[in-house]
Amino acid sequence: MAYDIQDILKERILVLDGAMGTMIQRHTLEEEDFRGERFKDHTHPLKGNNDLLSITRPDIIKEIHALYYEAGADFAETNTFSGTTIAQADYHLEEAVYDINYQSAKIAREVADEFTEREPHKPRFVIGAMGPTNRTASLSPDVNDPGFRAVSFDDLRVAYKQQAEALLDGGADILLVETVFDTLNAKAAVFAIEEVFEERDKKWPVMVSGTITDASGRTLSGQTTEAFLVSLSHVPLLSIGLNCALGAEQLRPYIQTLSKKAPFHVSAHPNAGLPNEFGEYDQSPEEMAELIDGFLADNFLNIVGGCCGTTPDHIRLIAEAATKHKPRVLDSQLSIVDSQ
Amino acid sequence: MVYGLLTMNENQVTLKLSGLEPLIATPQSNFINVGERTNVTGSLRFARLIKEDKYDEALSVARDQVEGGAQILDVNMDEGMLDGKEAMVRFLNLIAAEPDIARIPIMVDSSKWEIIEAGLQCIQGKGVVNSISLKEGEEKFIEQAKKVKRYGAAVIVMAFDEDGQADSYERRIEICERSYKVLTEIVNFPKEDIIFDPNIFPVATGIEEHNNNALDFFNATRWIRQNLPGAHVSGGVSNVSFSFRGNNPVREAMHSAFLYHAIKEGMDMGIVNPAMLEVYDDIPKDLLDRVEDVLLNRREDATERLLEFAETVKGEGKKLVKDDSWRKESVEKRLEHALVKGIVDHIEEDTEEARQNSERPLHVIEGPLMDGMNVVGDLFGSGKMFLPQVVKSARVMKKAVAHLLPYLEAEKAANADTSSASKILLATVKGDVHDIGKNIVGVVLACNNYDIVDMGVMVPADKIIDKAIEEQVDAIGLSGLITPSLDEMVTVAKEMERRKMSLPLLIGGATTSRIHTAVKIDPVYSGSIVHVLDASKSVPVAGELINKETYDNIFSRTKDEYSKLREDHANRKQIKNYISFNNAKANRTVVDWSVKEMVKPTILGNQAFKDYPIDEIRKYIDWTPFFSTWMLKGKYPAIFDNEVVGDEAKKLFDDAQVVLDEIIEENLLYANGVVGLYPANAVGEDVEVYTDESRSEVLKTFHFLRQQGKKGSGLPNLSLADFVAPKSSGKKDYFGGFAVTAGVGIEPLIEKYKQDHDDYNSIMIKAVADRLAEAFAELLHEKIRKDLWGFAKTENLDDEGLIKEKYQGIRPAPGYPACPDHTEKGLLFDLLEVEKNTGISLTESYAMYPAAAVSGFYFMHEESKYFGLGKIEKDQVVDYAARKQMDVEVIEKWLAPNLSYDV
Repeated sequence: MAYDIQDILKERILVLDGAMGTMIQRHTLEEEDFRGERFKDHTHPLKGNNDLLSITRPDIIKEIHALYYEAGADFAETNTFSGTTIAQADYHLEEAVYDINYQSAKIAREVADEFTEREPHKPRFVIGAMGPTNRTASLSPDVNDPGFRAVSFDDLRVAYKQQAEALLDGGADILLVETVFDTLNAKAAVFAIEEVFEERDKKWPVMVSGTITDASGRTLSGQTTEAFLVSLSHVPLLSIGLNCALGAEQLRPYIQTLSKKAPFHVSAHPNAGLPNEFGEYDQSPEEMAELIDGFLADNFLNIVGGCCGTTPDHIRLIAEAATKHKPRVLDSQLSIVDSQ
Repeated sequence: MVYGLLTMNENQVTLKLSGLEPLIATPQSNFINVGERTNVTGSLRFARLIKEDKYDEALSVARDQVEGGAQILDVNMDEGMLDGKEAMVRFLNLIAAEPDIARIPIMVDSSKWEIIEAGLQCIQGKGVVNSISLKEGEEKFIEQAKKVKRYGAAVIVMAFDEDGQADSYERRIEICERSYKVLTEIVNFPKEDIIFDPNIFPVATGIEEHNNNALDFFNATRWIRQNLPGAHVSGGVSNVSFSFRGNNPVREAMHSAFLYHAIKEGMDMGIVNPAMLEVYDDIPKDLLDRVEDVLLNRREDATERLLEFAETVKGEGKKLVKDDSWRKESVEKRLEHALVKGIVDHIEEDTEEARQNSERPLHVIEGPLMDGMNVVGDLFGSGKMFLPQVVKSARVMKKAVAHLLPYLEAEKAANADTSSASKILLATVKGDVHDIGKNIVGVVLACNNYDIVDMGVMVPADKIIDKAIEEQVDAIGLSGLITPSLDEMVTVAKEMERRKMSLPLLIGGATTSRIHTAVKIDPVYSGSIVHVLDASKSVPVAGELINKETYDNIFSRTKDEYSKLREDHANRKQIKNYISFNNAKANRTVVDWSVKEMVKPTILGNQAFKDYPIDEIRKYIDWTPFFSTWMLKGKYPAIFDNEVVGDEAKKLFDDAQVVLDEIIEENLLYANGVVGLYPANAVGEDVEVYTDESRSEVLKTFHFLRQQGKKGSGLPNLSLADFVAPKSSGKKDYFGGFAVTAGVGIEPLIEKYKQDHDDYNSIMIKAVADRLAEAFAELLHEKIRKDLWGFAKTENLDDEGLIKEKYQGIRPAPGYPACPDHTEKGLLFDLLEVEKNTGISLTESYAMYPAAAVSGFYFMHEESKYFGLGKIEKDQVVDYAARKQMDVEVIEKWLAPNLSYDV
């Protein structure tokens, strides 16, 4: 890419976009929207397969990217949270996985380039988003058979490799392994990413973002924040951070841990608070931005954005807050980034 | 520092490993202890367990290692008779399910690369590979090291090359230096992740060449730490004492002395059996001298002298302490142990012994028993014990008190004596039958030395107040689960105010909230009112409220807090946007009914299911809410892996299975249910149910409510009425309802447990019955979808799919978020003749009795979904009251939690 993101990160706090699902829900989409022309005869229902909209309703996805960029996001995450053969198996759409990722990256690229051209002082980047899949490599789904695994490291490695390749082919600047609830899944993802880099003899920045499941402060697979950090520090990451499951307020102590210990840049994209009794997120942009402002004032972060329930209004206020503070300084003493 | 050449500061790069928790090797951490018993080549017992497929026991070997102080767990499955790869994968996967083991990092130990790689693919943390070496040349070494790095593990490098294993000081440093160069310069392996194993060989073997084995290791260690920055040194310590197998005192002394010297030179990791270690300072001086003579090769006759001495100290070495040693303790300690561990086995004999030792029976309660319960209270308060354990402790306590009771009575008869404990009255308010939470609060408070006056369920305000006065209680706790109970609590508070009481009032239960307490209850009572979030909070709150010295503080603190909450609430309400009822109706769910397919149920009318087999229902249980009943937070089954509550969750789950088995085998509970399916159409905001297909006569009309919050573009204002085809569409649609219970027959069981002072099982049976009722509802819903209504005949979902409600159609319950008006439940009960068909009755607050019951409506269309009504405006309330032919004021009372305005 023409802009060196490492340099920009020294100067300012960069802003991720907000929720994709929440924005898609604003449109009333029917089965036909998801199917489009290409999948009109698909044998299984496709409604709810949001990633597919990058192919069948790219207009909606592009509009969402544009709304976030307009609100001040530096990064748009591709609409590929479930873009692996493992996650798409639910819809029997394994064969479409390459195209989902490729198209998602491509349309995000187009929107990013438009914005960068218009505002060269604020280049926009495309993050290839790699979700956790719906299976866990270190937990058994069957309580009576704790040794059982519904997915293997190798299954995940193969699936993630295909996703990473397609995202890069489509023009992603960065890869983000996100919403990590099982660190072993993430290790398979970064293993696959490194394989791709080796084969292409080129490297792209890699971000990792974990998910602390509840107030126990642990991932779903049981790791503490610091153990999570240690387990993924063998890769020279652009950033490590946390997203989803908790709101900014609940995430604070764990972000603080990362900020103190991580040899990488630190990111956070929390939910808009905790879900209310109806499962909806109702933290207002003002409330959330105020909490984020607290993080930034304490120099916890280099990259900040939103997850479930956040909207362009949230991102706009978060981006405003980001301009008011200096980014966290990377302690080079901590750095173990290798030079290979 | 012991190895002063490396002056590390905290931020400097250092070896970091992880299991579920991090393990950071700082200079301060001195020495990392690797557990070695989970190694088939080193432990005959472990090898046997694996070969005999006894993985459960093999796991307990691992657990013993962790509990014994191992910081890393070495796992080795290299055995000719085993499929090493399969055994490695299986064992590591099982370990991953045991948080108390998985908290430490894993060392994947094998001489076969394929087993190492298979092992690395199973560990989420950063582990250690044991080992790689230059044995098969540089190319292979590089390839394997690259892979290890990519898997994110540290590595042990053996001092081994193409020419064999290093057996001298010179060979050791030559191979280590070469390996280090390749790793750091070619592979770019992080220096701090390199751990050398410069070979620990036996000494005192009688072979002269072996005499320098330990000394060479010490010297090589020093050289590595001085010359290869970042690298660590490890080794298998037990090798050194190989010649003294069978003589544990000597072996233990040798291991300790070896470690003492090796650590001084910079060895910072080692495979050690912690049970085979003597404390260095505790080694008898004469033995230590001889051992060190051998290790440091200090005299020619060192070996003979140690062998000679060894004959005199042959013994058993360290022994594991057996678990029932607590029986040998003093009676006070035994009582404490029984209370903390929840053991009832010896409680009567111990209590009796304590009574005979005491001057008065009361002293046993005030002395050892309360001391024990205080320990329990402290452990619970600090999060080291969990609710199910506390309830078991309470069971022990009650049994002890029951034993003392006759003596207490006898004494009381002799001289009137009043107890000094504070008294708290607890009651589930009028109209509500739910009491699991209240009972838990009762147990927890009783554990903390409060006398509990439990008035049970459905207690009217005047009875509560009369009793409080009569018993001279110090505080009142109100509980309730259904929404009308919120209103009843306000009534109790008003009544207390009217009768000029000033007793503190505690509010708790699933639908209660701080905000409701602040806005609705607090303003009507001038005494202290505190909302208590859960049972664990009840203790400090009650303590503060009852203690005269702290009362003023908590009184003014909560009054301020609640008044601020009220202000915030009032301000927030002004910001919230609502649309008019007419606009909300215009923004209903858009469904093109003309193209929708209507599915006529196989059978119309009501169908009862009496005494439905519980073993079938059992399969449909969603266990997650069961754990939250017991205040254990986490999703089933992942909760079992939870570091903090996992073990207790598993025990609780196992206990629940036992209860379920008993219920089934002994027919303790009966499950009854009824479903009804009818021709129906929506008319406006209502759904009309017809007597037959002619649709000419309306049998019942159900009334629904519509969201009035301002919605984003494209989002409808939902009402359940949207999910049935309107009459005007001309389509023949259908609608249904159900009611189930799994609590028939529960009273005698609860009574029995009460007699037995067994709150644990009393709460357990209620919690299990609740789960069964939900499961029964789930089961019938599946029957409805696949068979009775038959709109999803081909559906095929697993348990998880069911729990996540991935199926088509919904079964919302009257009184819950989509249709919060409980009074509609009365209409549903009429339609389905619920009382006759199932034995479930309704209280005046429309709570179902038995409490383990569920009822609801069936909607089939795929547009139907669960939602929360949210707040509604007066215009809709007026309309709704007219439709139901009820007074607006009455409706407002039922819908109080949903009103956007103050009444």
